[in-house]
Amino acid sequence: MVRSDAKSRRRKKHISGGDEIITLNNVSKAYATGAPALNGVSLHIKKGEFVFIVGDSGSGKSTMIKLLLRELVPTSGDINVMGYDLTRIRHRKIPKFRRNLGIVFQDFRLLKDRNVYENVAFAQRIIQVSNKEIKRNVPSILAIVGLAGKYKAKPRQLSGGEQQRVAIARALINQPSILLADEPTGNLDPKNSWEIMKLLEQINENGTTVLVVTHNREIVNAMQKRVVTMKKGVIVSDEEKGGYIDED
Amino acid sequence: MRISTFFYTIKQGIINIFRNKWFSLASIATIGACLFLFGLFYAIVMNFQSIVKNAEEGMSVTVFFDNGISQERIQEIGAMIEKRTEVSKIVYKSADEAWAEFKEEYLGEYSDGFTENPLENSASYEIYLSDVSMQPALVSYLEETEGIRLVNRSEVMASTLTGVNALVAYISVGIIAILFAVSIFLISNTVTIGISVRKEEINIMKYIGATDFFVRAPFVIEGMMIGLVGALIPIGILYVLYEKVIEYIMLRFSILTKLLSFLPVEVIFNTLLPASVIMGVGMGFLGSVTTVRKHLKV
Ligand SMILES: Nc1ncnc2c1ncn2[C@@H]1O[C@H](COP(=O)(O)OP(=O)(O)O)[C@@H](O)[C@H]1O
Ligand SMILES: [Mg+2]
Repeated sequence: MVRSDAKSRRRKKHISGGDEIITLNNVSKAYATGAPALNGVSLHIKKGEFVFIVGDSGSGKSTMIKLLLRELVPTSGDINVMGYDLTRIRHRKIPKFRRNLGIVFQDFRLLKDRNVYENVAFAQRIIQVSNKEIKRNVPSILAIVGLAGKYKAKPRQLSGGEQQRVAIARALINQPSILLADEPTGNLDPKNSWEIMKLLEQINENGTTVLVVTHNREIVNAMQKRVVTMKKGVIVSDEEKGGYIDED
Repeated sequence: MRISTFFYTIKQGIINIFRNKWFSLASIATIGACLFLFGLFYAIVMNFQSIVKNAEEGMSVTVFFDNGISQERIQEIGAMIEKRTEVSKIVYKSADEAWAEFKEEYLGEYSDGFTENPLENSASYEIYLSDVSMQPALVSYLEETEGIRLVNRSEVMASTLTGVNALVAYISVGIIAILFAVSIFLISNTVTIGISVRKEEINIMKYIGATDFFVRAPFVIEGMMIGLVGALIPIGILYVLYEKVIEYIMLRFSILTKLLSFLPVEVIFNTLLPASVIMGVGMGFLGSVTTVRKHLKV
């Protein structure tokens, strides 16, 4: 009797979390040196949400992103992403897990020796999509990010904004459920920053859950999305349609 | 695995090779040197063995009998010798035959002055062995046999040939072992450099969800390609050299042509080509797989 109760409770919990795509429960992460980068963080994100993560430099935002990618494992606490228990996932399963994530970084991380087409196609080659399909998919995704005419260019021939679009195209081409972006506009001028954010918003409107780490106060305030603010490894505020919290 | 993935992996492997040309070249050169020496020694040892075998087959022990021995006793001795396992063939030469042969060979028309056979006591058995290393045993047996006056043999020649052959084989095995180790070390270094050059790319691959296999395979292909090229180059060189060298020896030392019987080029390369390719690719595989395991924790 008691056992079946426990079982059904567990199942219920699972069901109630059905539309929750990212769950952090009391997560801490300490590096070998220094104070913990994350300290007892709990965060729940539902499918299809658009969430800004803001906070001072060193507050633990990138650490959180790395935990969500399973680049790092938490020191304590539980992380569940798309039903994968990231504290227990097997090494062999990590690639499969990551194929459902799109990732965008501040420094673009493009392959410098390959052109735009190959940079995007790369993501599909890795998951063994056929050449025929790649030829069909890449141009359409490049059109979505507004780079249809530049598929032959090498990264160094592109502006920062264009390079970030290539990175976004690469992140999107495998149709991820979640897009994680760590300061995607950190190296861009205001105009390009706006365009990239609008692109991310558009991607979110098509159903992808989007998490954006940013320092861009103006954009955060204007876009009226959920804003999670971090400070010294803890979440200090989490608001629907929030704004950038002024510290001082 | 998909065909397109297979070709992609091969292509990346080749790109790796060209990306660090100098290390790849060094690896190819070392493997090439290793397999060149292997091929060279193989050709020498094989030819040596064939020469020794030919020489062995032509080498015989000759026995002469006591003066005044009876024809029956000679036949008895013949039967005893023939029964021994190391003996492949035994030929009887009567005194008359010996004289006739001698006349023909050395005297020609001057032989007319002889009325009786001066080689009266030179009837003999020529004994051919199936295994030249058994010669000493046979000789001591013959020396103790009643009715035998003299045993002629060519022991020195036989043991020298076998000894030199063994020496060549030992030295070649030693040198090849050293080069083998150097080759694997160099391939490993080449692959390590390749990995460090592509660190960023490997990281991106991992973020996108590449499997360990997908990340590692190009480096293993790289190693195997280096091994393959490193095997084919020396084989090609040896093939050309082999015929040239034999031609040269035959021309220059024409006296030896009867003694030396070289193997045809196909006989050598039918074994040498697959053996070298397997060794080259194998070294490439070993060198890269161990390195990838060590340096590419994905
Ligand atoms: N690899 C690391 N080793 C040790 N400390 C680290 C490492 N990465 C980050 N940190 C520390 O963890 C804290 C949080 O860093 P990070 O997550 O990068 O912050 P943010 O992205 O918000 O700027 C900082 O104090 C930083 O110095
Ligand atoms: Mg950061």
